[in-house]
Amino acid sequence: MPKIKSPAELSKHKTEVLERIYGKEKIRIRVHMGTSGQASGAKTIYNFFRQELEKRNIEATVISSGDMGYSFAEPTVEVKLPNEEPIVFGYVDKLKADEIIEKYIKNGELIDGILPANYRSI
Amino acid sequence: MVCGGTGCSGSQGEALLDNLNLELEANALENDIHVVKAGCFGLCSTGPNIKIIPGNVIYTGVKPDDAKEIVSEHIMKGRPVERLLFTDPLTKKKLTTEKELSPFRKQLRLVLRNCGVIDPGNIDDAIAHDAYAALSMALTEMKPADVIKIIKDSGLRGRGGGGFSTGLKWEIAAKNKSDEKYVVCNADEGDPGAFMDRSVLEGDPHAVLEAMAICGYAIKAAKGLIYIRAEYPLAVARLKTAIEQAREYGLLGKDIMGSGFNFDIEIRYGAGAFVCGEETALIHSMEGLRGEPTVKPPFPAESGYRNKPTNVNNVETFACISPIILKGAEWFSSIGTQKSKGTKVFALAGKINNVGLIEVPMGTTLREVVYDIGGGIRNGRKFKAAQTGGPSGGCLTEKHLDTPIDFDNLIEAGSMMGSGGLIVMDEDDCMVSVAKFFLDFTVEESCGKCAPCRIGNKRLYELLDHITKGKGTPADLDRLKNMCLVIKDTSLCGLGQSSPNPVLSTLENFKDEYDSHVTAKKCPAGHCKDLMEYFIISANCVGCTACARVCPVGAITGERKEPHVINPAICIKCGACKEKCKFDAIIIQ
Repeated sequence: MPKIKSPAELSKHKTEVLERIYGKEKIRIRVHMGTSGQASGAKTIYNFFRQELEKRNIEATVISSGDMGYSFAEPTVEVKLPNEEPIVFGYVDKLKADEIIEKYIKNGELIDGILPANYRSI
Repeated sequence: MVCGGTGCSGSQGEALLDNLNLELEANALENDIHVVKAGCFGLCSTGPNIKIIPGNVIYTGVKPDDAKEIVSEHIMKGRPVERLLFTDPLTKKKLTTEKELSPFRKQLRLVLRNCGVIDPGNIDDAIAHDAYAALSMALTEMKPADVIKIIKDSGLRGRGGGGFSTGLKWEIAAKNKSDEKYVVCNADEGDPGAFMDRSVLEGDPHAVLEAMAICGYAIKAAKGLIYIRAEYPLAVARLKTAIEQAREYGLLGKDIMGSGFNFDIEIRYGAGAFVCGEETALIHSMEGLRGEPTVKPPFPAESGYRNKPTNVNNVETFACISPIILKGAEWFSSIGTQKSKGTKVFALAGKINNVGLIEVPMGTTLREVVYDIGGGIRNGRKFKAAQTGGPSGGCLTEKHLDTPIDFDNLIEAGSMMGSGGLIVMDEDDCMVSVAKFFLDFTVEESCGKCAPCRIGNKRLYELLDHITKGKGTPADLDRLKNMCLVIKDTSLCGLGQSSPNPVLSTLENFKDEYDSHVTAKKCPAGHCKDLMEYFIISANCVGCTACARVCPVGAITGERKEPHVINPAICIKCGACKEKCKFDAIIIQ
């Protein structure tokens, strides 16, 4: 990657990465992998999603991110379906992850264990 | 989607869920519409809340009986149920969707804006979320003095505990002329139960790197150092990746974005000593010396790392910088109270339902934090106290529940903001033991340099230990208080000056509990082992011998089918018998 040599190049790069990462609407799964998340098994869930989505022929991006602060409900996973608001699921184990793939990702059907957005952001 | 948070479940959420299912079944809709139990919506005072997707319509204050109307009107006819919509208290307008309701949410994420949102291992994702935009703006459109002015005007105060004006700190560091200056990020988070800084570093490391560079530009420093405890391996790993990627992009290093400004960052490791959170001790530790504080002045801004002017800020403080530059001082100072601006991240711990990280505007009340956001006390117990400021702070009690939390109000209440740990205690917690717990921590963590802290805290701990073992006298309480005041007055650094705070504050707020420990030799919370006695109510005892068989020391005797007795002289108060008894015959006195 060439260096960013000016503010103009930074904003150009921003436009490019926005397009590259978020330009196309697709299924996006964020596994929250901070210390609390990993201590509760987020890594297993992350690998599970990567393997199972590929196995089941579902095109999706699986991202590892930091924790959202829901320590009581770790591991937590955010699923963003195309043209839908993102939804965060808590207490995710392999069983739950499987349910998320089969019910929510495949059919858009909501399941128990959702952590609604209880905050606003700047 | 029905809110299944504790607040809502308590207000008939469960019955509502059942009724909705029944109504859907009655209309043969159960296969098309699913009712799911979700977590807290963050609108607990108006619960139970439900949300209907698609449409994202939120109904508040829904009673189980409302299920019929919701199904027949909203779901079957597509007409919203007006009376259950949330009403804006000011404009009296009915609000329907999540988006419209969002300003009424108690939490505001400013510091945690990107945590859980971006991939911290990918600088592109950070840039897509505006990372380094503030640095670019500062470097091209602002002079160093402008940067300092905007931070000063914003009213940002240090989030590490002291609450000193960040802009002022930068100004002093900028005024001191030197060939070399340093920007230090204090990531030595040491309060028991606190993990705000760790989460920021793990979730959004670029926010800190960018802010350090902005600070470097403002005070004319070319070198940044992050002092982080080695016990945070994940945070360290993510920081390393972030620094490497920023260097690759030229966002750290020489001639950043063609501005001629040079700035680079290195990581320094600490070994997890609490005292190294104090800035002079931190600097000595980075220099390879013992982590001991020295007398201020000289302040680090005059003579810090390698005797050069050094500006030390906490992780959370740095995380506030970029939004202030991008959105302006006025925007930031519009959040919070008169003297405490912006938001504060708290780590909720203890006997609370939703343990975790939260971020609220300054001035949010303790009640809102504990009940609305934290979901209330576990197992429906009663709130007793909340400890803020960790081992340096004090406890807030029921009477402080409606006090807006900010720097000055907390000090007035005999506690302090500290770095943001908030430990909630219920009626089963003995306040003398709580004070003893924190003193135990301070005794361990005292660096030993000055006598009041090294010896005084140890004596304080011993006195508290005596009291919890039933050996205290009323005169001990006066000695306790006097000793606290002496330690406070004569200790060298912040650790010793604040270590008696948990004792003073529990003495002030829970004097009766101390009294009953020293006079009646009873622990009202039933926590202090030495002050309780297990006792068998003979009327309830059927003589099943279960307790006698489980007792590890043979303290329980009695014939089969006859009431048993516990010999208090032998009993070690392990509680095994009480756990085993099926007839509630064993009580603690």
